[in-house]
This record gives sequence, structure tokens and C-alpha cells, in this order.
Amino acid sequence: MKSNYIVSLGILVSLMISVGSCNKQEPTLLVTPKSSHTDITPIKTDVKMLTITGGKYLPFYSSDDSLVKVETFLIDEHPVTNQDYLLFVKANPQWRRSQIKKIFEDGNYLKHWVNDTTLPVNSNPQAAICNVSWYAAKAYAKAVGKRLPTLDEWEFVAMADTDTSNARSKKSYSDNIVNLYLEKNRQLNPVKQSAANYWGVYNMFDLVWEWTDDFNSVLVSGESRAGEYGDKNLVCAAGATSATDVLNYAAFMRFGLRTSLKANYTVNNLGFRCAKDINH
Amino acid sequence: MKHIIIFIFSLLTLISCQQKADKVVKELPADSIFHLTSDWQNQNGTSLKLNDLRGKTLVVVMIYTSCKTACPILVADMKRIEKSILEKNLDKISLVLVSIDPEVDTPQRLKEFANTGGMDKAHWVFLRSNEEATQEFANVLSMKYKKISPVDFSHSNIISIFNPDGELILQEEGANINTQKVADKVNEVVEISSKE
Repeated sequence: MKSNYIVSLGILVSLMISVGSCNKQEPTLLVTPKSSHTDITPIKTDVKMLTITGGKYLPFYSSDDSLVKVETFLIDEHPVTNQDYLLFVKANPQWRRSQIKKIFEDGNYLKHWVNDTTLPVNSNPQAAICNVSWYAAKAYAKAVGKRLPTLDEWEFVAMADTDTSNARSKKSYSDNIVNLYLEKNRQLNPVKQSAANYWGVYNMFDLVWEWTDDFNSVLVSGESRAGEYGDKNLVCAAGATSATDVLNYAAFMRFGLRTSLKANYTVNNLGFRCAKDINH
Repeated sequence: MKHIIIFIFSLLTLISCQQKADKVVKELPADSIFHLTSDWQNQNGTSLKLNDLRGKTLVVVMIYTSCKTACPILVADMKRIEKSILEKNLDKISLVLVSIDPEVDTPQRLKEFANTGGMDKAHWVFLRSNEEATQEFANVLSMKYKKISPVDFSHSNIISIFNPDGELILQEEGANINTQKVADKVNEVVEISSKE
């Protein structure tokens, strides 16, 4: 008799709880995003930054051969490494593979990692991070108190070979880069194993492709390789841009890649490095 | 026996309650544009987040008001879309024009642009932010743009539809956008989402 009493009391309590919880849930209609992707926890890394003395340069794609001014700025001496990116996701769970919002990636973000906070087996912690979207790269840059380089800044640094700041007119310049681009699985090698350029910057070409802040400013279509115009139907004033340096195959490859990218794309040999204004 | 009946009854209450709760509580989908937390201003100078646009079907285009070439066509397309949206659906949608030139397109200027262009009804929303947020938003739309002179931009022409939860439903790109197709889709999305 006593046990029957306990059982019915239990049922009564569970009934009350279920009704209670039901009432509680009803008023909530729309749930607003809680943890914001822009709330970034800072991290500390010790990547050397180099000063790039600004100047005017002729962009690879230009409307009227007018020079573009690049201000003096700082750039990381090498692309962001696996090890440093791991620090970032450890400090910022919202940027872990399992937590990242789908709108910021294409389904393959850090797909090569073992799990949320473990680098791929046999990977070199000093190799460049890849399979990260533009959004993720932006967030990382924010975490280290930096930003992504602009396309002009990146290309400005990329004009250098080992001994001059602008080697574009040398025949060897483009050939050497194309040869580097053709090497397979180069993205798995650690940073800083090859020679630095004129500025002291490593690995502009030999390891990974790199995101730039305004990669989406390249409006030429893939068919405009011979200095012809882009699809005027698709873009407003597309005819304003055409290549200035048609023998620079390496640059065509880079710009071709940039036009094909979307900000949520993750690619297994696309990484990034950070930059900073000089007055910081 | 009596206890078992009460127990089953309470279990049923619990289950039915949970089902109801599932319908009522609507988490933001992971691919929603409302995950962007940037700050915006509308043509009235009111500060808002994109999430404030939630609950309505959105037709979105990026333009700048001083544009003389493609943007007037895009704006005309938006007006054609407005005309093809069923009258009864107009309070369930927003036609959103986002400036790629926030420096020039102040709220006052957007307001003027809206009024002179006959886009002064409540379903017209004009937005501006800073450069960073504008660039991020453009990237969400896979829209390319570049400042090519102090006054002009080159940019891709894209009209996008988002459902009331901010999920991308359709994008139309190019100079000759099929506005009837866009409007039909908008009507369809409104229909579906009002049933949910």
C-alpha cells in the first residue's frame, strides 16, 4: 500500500514537471544568435613581422596603366602555421570544426584535422594552415591583433625576388614562380625552409595560395587572359580592367584562383598570412 | 492498473508538449545571414542588426546611389519585382538595397534616393554600414566589387532572395534579370513560410 502511494506521488510530480516545462517554453519565439563570431578571444603568437616600405606599383590588372599607391605596412614573414591556428581554435571554440556556423564555411573547414583540437596525423605543426575560409582567416587575424593584407599589398610584396623589390621585368621571375607552383603537395612542407625575398619575407609562392582581404575585388573572368575584357553583361564597368603584364603567367594563375573563390570556400592548399598598419 | 494509466497519460502529455515546443522555438539555421552581427543604419538613420530584418522574406541587392550604369537597371528590376509580388504579400517581405559606397551613401542620401525613386513604402529598406561589414556582406552574397575611381565602383549584378530565417533561396545574376521569376519565387517563399 505504501509503495503504491510513493509510485502515484512520483507520477504526480513528473506530471507537474512536464506541464511546468511546457509552460516555460512557450513564450520563446525567435532565438537570436548567442555566441557571436566577432567576439574573438585574443591569442599571442611570435611571428616576426617585416616592414614593407610603401610605394607606387602597376597592378597586374589595371584600368588605365595608372599606378596604385601602397602605404608602408607590416607583414608576417611566413604564412600562419598549423600550430598557431590550433592556439586560435583552442581559445575560440566558435571557430572549431564542430562549432563553426555553416554560413562561414563550405563543409570542409579543417576537414583534415583529427578532431576539433588535434592536428592531422603526421602533419608538421610548422606547415601552413589550409582548409580555412576567408571568414576564419579574418577572425584569426583579429585574434592576433592584425588584419589580412589587401590584394595590392600582397602583390606589392610578391613583385620581389631574392635581390630586388620589383623583379617583374626579369625573365626568370615568372618562370621561377610557375615552377614552384607546379610542385605537388608543397603545402605540407614547413615554413621558412626556402630563401626569403628582398624584404625578408618567406614563402610567398612555394607553399600555399593565400587569402587577401579584398580577394572579391577581382572582376575579370577566366576568359580574359589575353588582355581582353571581362563579361560586360555580368559586371558593371568590367571593361575597365585588363592585364598589364601578359607574360606573367604566375599572376594569371593567382588572379584566376581569386576570381573563382567565394569567401566560404576552403581549399587544401589555400592559407593566409597577416598584415598590420605601421602606426599600430 | 490505475497508476499505469496515469503514467501513460503523463508520458503522453510530456511528449505532446515537447512536440509543441519544437514548433515554437525556432533556432536560427546555421547558414542564416542573421549570424552576421555587424551594425547597420537604414534610410531613417536608425541603427539595426541584420537580425532585425528577420521574419520577412528578403529580396536583396547591393548598389551605390551615384552609379550611372548598372545600378539604375538593378533598381528598376527591384521595382518590377515589387509590382509582381502579390499585394497581400507586401507586408511579409522587404526589398533591401545595400550600399557598397557607405562613405557617400549616408542615411540622408539613401532617404532622398528612396523618395525620388518612389521607394518610400515600408517594405523598402536601404542599408549602409562601414567598409568591413559591407565587404563581409558582399562576400556572403558572393558579390564582387572594386572601387575604380573616387566616384565609381565596378561590381557584379546579383539579386538574392532570403527566407524569413535568413537562408539563401535564390540568386539571379547578370544584366537581364528575370524579375518575374524572382517575384514568383518570393510569393512562393512567403506562402511556404506562412504555413510553417
